[in-house]
Amino acid sequence: MKKDNNIEQKGVSGWIDKRLPVFSFINHNLRDYPTPKNLNYFWNFGSLAGITLVIMIVSGILLAMQYTANTDLAFESVERIMRDVNNGWLLRYIHMNGASMFFIIVFIHIFRGLYYGSYKYPREILWMLGVVILLLMMATAFMGYVLPWGQMSFWGATVITNLFSAFPIIGDYIVTFLWGGFSVDNPTLSRFFVLHYLLPFAIVGVVALHLVALHQFGSNNPTGVDVKSENDTIPFHPYYTVKDYFGLGVFLIIYASLVFFAPNFLGHPDNYIPANPLQTPAHIVPEWYFLPFYAILRAVPDKLMGVLLMFAAVLVLFFLPWLDKHKVRSASFRPYYKQFYWLFVINSIVLGWVGAMPAEGIYVLIARIASVYYFAFFLVIMPLLSRFEKVSDLPSSISSAVLSKRFDTETKESYVK
Amino acid sequence: MLSKIFVILAIYLFSIISSGVKAASDKINLIEQNWPHSGIFGRFDKSSLQRGFLVYKEVCAACHGLKHVSYRDLTGIGLTVDEIKSIAGEYELVDGPNDEGEMFDREAKPSDKFVNPYENDNQARVANNGAYPPDLSLIVKARAGGADYLYSLLNGYKEFPENFEASEGMYYNEYYPGKQIAMPSPIMDDIVDYNDGTDATHVQIARDVTSFLAWAAEPELEERKSLGVKTLFFLILLTIMLLGVKRKIWKDVN
Amino acid sequence: MDKVETKDKNKITSVDEEKRDFLYITTAGLAIAGGGATVWSLIDTMNPSKDVLALASTEVDLSPIEEGQSLTVMWRGKPIFIRHRTTSEIQDATDADVDGLIHKASDESRVKNPKWLVVIGVCTHLGCVPLGQKIGDSKGDFDGWFCPCHGSHYDTSGRIRKGPAPLNLEIPPYEFVSDDIIKIG
Repeated sequence: MKKDNNIEQKGVSGWIDKRLPVFSFINHNLRDYPTPKNLNYFWNFGSLAGITLVIMIVSGILLAMQYTANTDLAFESVERIMRDVNNGWLLRYIHMNGASMFFIIVFIHIFRGLYYGSYKYPREILWMLGVVILLLMMATAFMGYVLPWGQMSFWGATVITNLFSAFPIIGDYIVTFLWGGFSVDNPTLSRFFVLHYLLPFAIVGVVALHLVALHQFGSNNPTGVDVKSENDTIPFHPYYTVKDYFGLGVFLIIYASLVFFAPNFLGHPDNYIPANPLQTPAHIVPEWYFLPFYAILRAVPDKLMGVLLMFAAVLVLFFLPWLDKHKVRSASFRPYYKQFYWLFVINSIVLGWVGAMPAEGIYVLIARIASVYYFAFFLVIMPLLSRFEKVSDLPSSISSAVLSKRFDTETKESYVK
Repeated sequence: MLSKIFVILAIYLFSIISSGVKAASDKINLIEQNWPHSGIFGRFDKSSLQRGFLVYKEVCAACHGLKHVSYRDLTGIGLTVDEIKSIAGEYELVDGPNDEGEMFDREAKPSDKFVNPYENDNQARVANNGAYPPDLSLIVKARAGGADYLYSLLNGYKEFPENFEASEGMYYNEYYPGKQIAMPSPIMDDIVDYNDGTDATHVQIARDVTSFLAWAAEPELEERKSLGVKTLFFLILLTIMLLGVKRKIWKDVN
Repeated sequence: MDKVETKDKNKITSVDEEKRDFLYITTAGLAIAGGGATVWSLIDTMNPSKDVLALASTEVDLSPIEEGQSLTVMWRGKPIFIRHRTTSEIQDATDADVDGLIHKASDESRVKNPKWLVVIGVCTHLGCVPLGQKIGDSKGDFDGWFCPCHGSHYDTSGRIRKGPAPLNLEIPPYEFVSDDIIKIG
């Protein structure tokens, strides 16, 4: 269907659009928008992340109507939601498991970026905005877990806020400032509630910037080769809208299975025990999505270095576009990088697993090896490969890659800047 | 495509199956029961719940509270409004202040929460050698292993083995972390009288009270699973249709 | 030959189109239905919860209230005036000329047992709590209740007689569960 964007639309929509171009905006960015035609299902995770963000905000606001942020009342207010509020149990389990789903989706989304070189020119800022979103998500999730005021809520908050005392000279002041007192208590809970409600809207803002940056150059694609002509693209609607809906269906099936049949599978039983400042649980474990970082933290014998390396594990992502300067984007055409990448994936899972184990015996060694590889992958392997991995033959364009599945070896142009 | 489906199915099945898998630990393997409320189609056995409530009331309630449950919630185990009114009426709590400015005792109403056996946690400790008898409203969700753990614990009392350093005032239990528990075995054969004719053996009592506490921790379970089956059926149907739509639209893209 | 072929192709296309549209419409319909059900369940969380509904009724024991005395109880966050009326108060209520009232209602229609008047103690003007429950309170010109905010006078049946209030004091839903006990709500 041909649409001429310059012709004024008729009727009500035309009148509105002339004064505030919402309809042309939607048309340009979500309908006619030329998108590479070879995107695979790993490109579904961006829209899934956006949808999950909306689910979390809606369920969060409804929960906040029933929750009380006071150390004497918080645990009970959550139980009231579970037992007395109409469909309260559903609301709570949606929000609780939605957080896990959000991180699963975002991790896959990030791993997609790592594999296909989506962080490379010209998408460096797009990538860095993504890292900012990840950091905001982690802060939000950390504070949210404190709110039910269970044993893990309290002790997780105590352990992680205590980390800041590692900073020399100002460490203790920072911690007292964070707590608003001399231990995790009411002032801490109050401020965590407020910030937990606030930060998601900051995430929305950064997501908007993320999408603007995306639309500057459009999506990457599995070949890593730039779009050369109209033949390489298809309009976003109906192709990717319908593919996203299908992906959403699959996501909802997994999500619903968790919410309805295993709502506490990803959680920890100790959080159903009200917080007791006088009794520390046997094993303090953060939520699963923090486990890899927790493992890195514990792997380092020095407290301050552990804290710094834990943050560095996320911050190193900012520098990716400069750590990996290889001319080829996609790992599909980088056989050496590909091997190290899959090793990195397995390593990340190992890191997560060891983060849940007690910090003793062989687990310490495994955590250290895995942490070393984590940083080596970014700081050593990527720069080395940038310099030494041979640039193998790339397809000449997306269309030719899709059609012939052969490489165009005749024109040996540099297809990636 | 096929591998994608396989991966998705694997994740889906994994998430369901592992909900039945108990957390592996260095503890002894729990006695696993077939609970009627387990599984996708699980429902509570109301007669077991009612017997279990009787056990809670006559044995456990002396020391353990159930403070997140209201008397009116007992309609969920099949009791009538009148039965609940009279059960609630057996308990007294403090209310007030009245117009004279005084606190006063009154009978509990169905709208009240279960009355605690002690006025506060400190009193509970004093009465129990310093050990606090935990509130049981959430105990099944608050322990790894859930209902299986609780059932095992209640059946796990044994004599102290030789060479075990027993602490004073403690009892040996195979399933309790550290193997020593401050609570003596609370149940034995015929410690309660079931009025539905069921034989009140130790294991039967353990099973019934565990069922009741599983209900107390998750009173929404039946509604949740029933809604879950409908939702999942709907979602699977819708997703299949969406796949059909997607394929139709993408058919002619090279 | 050509014409026939084209016709056949057209026929197939239109049938295909119908099938395709049917699939699209059914899928969209299902999705919207599912979405609607989900949205409803979430909005329902804002409706009164079970603990609130459990306190929606209150039982009151009338036996300690002597003739001529009044009791105030809270029900759903509002004060309920319960008066054990004297014979003369009942007489005044039934003698009044219904047609001359600001809000026409017979005393009979407002009580279940004439000895007991049960009304919501909220002035129908702008919501203040009228005086008249306690000994020493002004009962107004009609011996019932007097609202100090804007000067509404209510009679011994709780009906508005003088002043800006438009309606009689509201009668809450209640019933006698025994001779001495009423259940409000």
